[in-house]
Amino acid sequence: MPIRFKINDVAVEAKPGEGLLDVARRNGFSIPSLCHLESVPAIGACRICLVEVRRGRRSKLTTSCNYEVLDGIEVSTDSPEIRRHRAMNLELLLARAPSSEAIRKLAAQYGVSQPRFGPIKYNPLPNCILCELCVRACTELGHHALTTVGRGDRKRIGLPFNKPADTCVGCGACASVCPTHCIPMTDTLTKRAIWGQKHDFVRCSECGAPVITKKHRDHAIATKGLPEDYYDVCQSCKQIATSQRFAAIVW
Amino acid sequence: MTAAKTIDPKRIDRVLARHPQGKPTALVNLLHDLQAEFRYLPELAMEKAASYLNVPNGQLFRVATFYESFHLKPRGKHIATVCTGTACHVRGAPKLTDHISREFEIPVGGTTKNMELTLETVNCVGACALGPLLILDGEYHGNMSPAKLDRTLKTIKRG
Repeated sequence: MPIRFKINDVAVEAKPGEGLLDVARRNGFSIPSLCHLESVPAIGACRICLVEVRRGRRSKLTTSCNYEVLDGIEVSTDSPEIRRHRAMNLELLLARAPSSEAIRKLAAQYGVSQPRFGPIKYNPLPNCILCELCVRACTELGHHALTTVGRGDRKRIGLPFNKPADTCVGCGACASVCPTHCIPMTDTLTKRAIWGQKHDFVRCSECGAPVITKKHRDHAIATKGLPEDYYDVCQSCKQIATSQRFAAIVW
Repeated sequence: MTAAKTIDPKRIDRVLARHPQGKPTALVNLLHDLQAEFRYLPELAMEKAASYLNVPNGQLFRVATFYESFHLKPRGKHIATVCTGTACHVRGAPKLTDHISREFEIPVGGTTKNMELTLETVNCVGACALGPLLILDGEYHGNMSPAKLDRTLKTIKRG
């Protein structure tokens, strides 16, 4: 049985258990968010995806990413009140991440250019907003190499036992999902430096471009049952080879 | 760090054996037991506990650093906890911490070199009428003063 409800007075359908934000976006409604990815569990950390949900005579503001859809609810994704709360949350986030381009841009859309708060005293990873997207991505991928450490105003993103984790394969997922791009990762042609470790790259046997870290390759081949030579050639060289093969068949 | 090196893995295993293997729900209880054994949580013990309970290292470390009651640094044989709640504060708790700090040459949160005493503070224990309050190894000493402190801490070796 699909769940039927309304977003901005438009009737929509969803499967039971779906998150409101995912359903809204699928139906073309735009709701801003910083810490949501469909592929990782939603925790409502950034609090930018606030919407108003009316259920019968009751109405409340809630984060849409981790709100499970219900029959008959009426959702509005934008109103002066919602915008006011998003603006407040963005002002707080901007105080944590004053030089983050993504947050500056979003805050500007809500009329916030300079936070009244901050600078915050403790943030060892500058611009980190503690949304834990990196931790969730790392956990979802099964590496468990990142965690939050401490709590309250001393909370930070860190490594288990504060030392480089041997389960880290250097995939870089944490750095690429980070909404403020605050996780330091430096790539050269041969090596990737991340979280206090240096990982060797597998180089493409055709063009020499870095393909994937060796540790990540070994992990992926072992866990996903890929052929041993899967990562020997980079994606674009593979595409060229495939197109040449097709060309040979066609002509 | 010398204390960490002398941790006997057998002592850890004995504590682990009292808990169900592979059950992540036993995590907090196990950490409490390990701390009762070593007075803090040695890294080796945490690593062993994580694999014993089938919990990722990161998740265990998240829990261990979240709760105030878990200590990741070696602590002294005796724990002097000074209440710094509002009532104790106005009745002179800062004088107590200053006095102990000076006498034993340790900061708040620090441990003497001979591992005899650790000085800690707590925000309030609800015994405001007794303030300023010192808790020495779980025993409450009310109406403390620097002079009374000297008598209470007399038996603890300096160094």
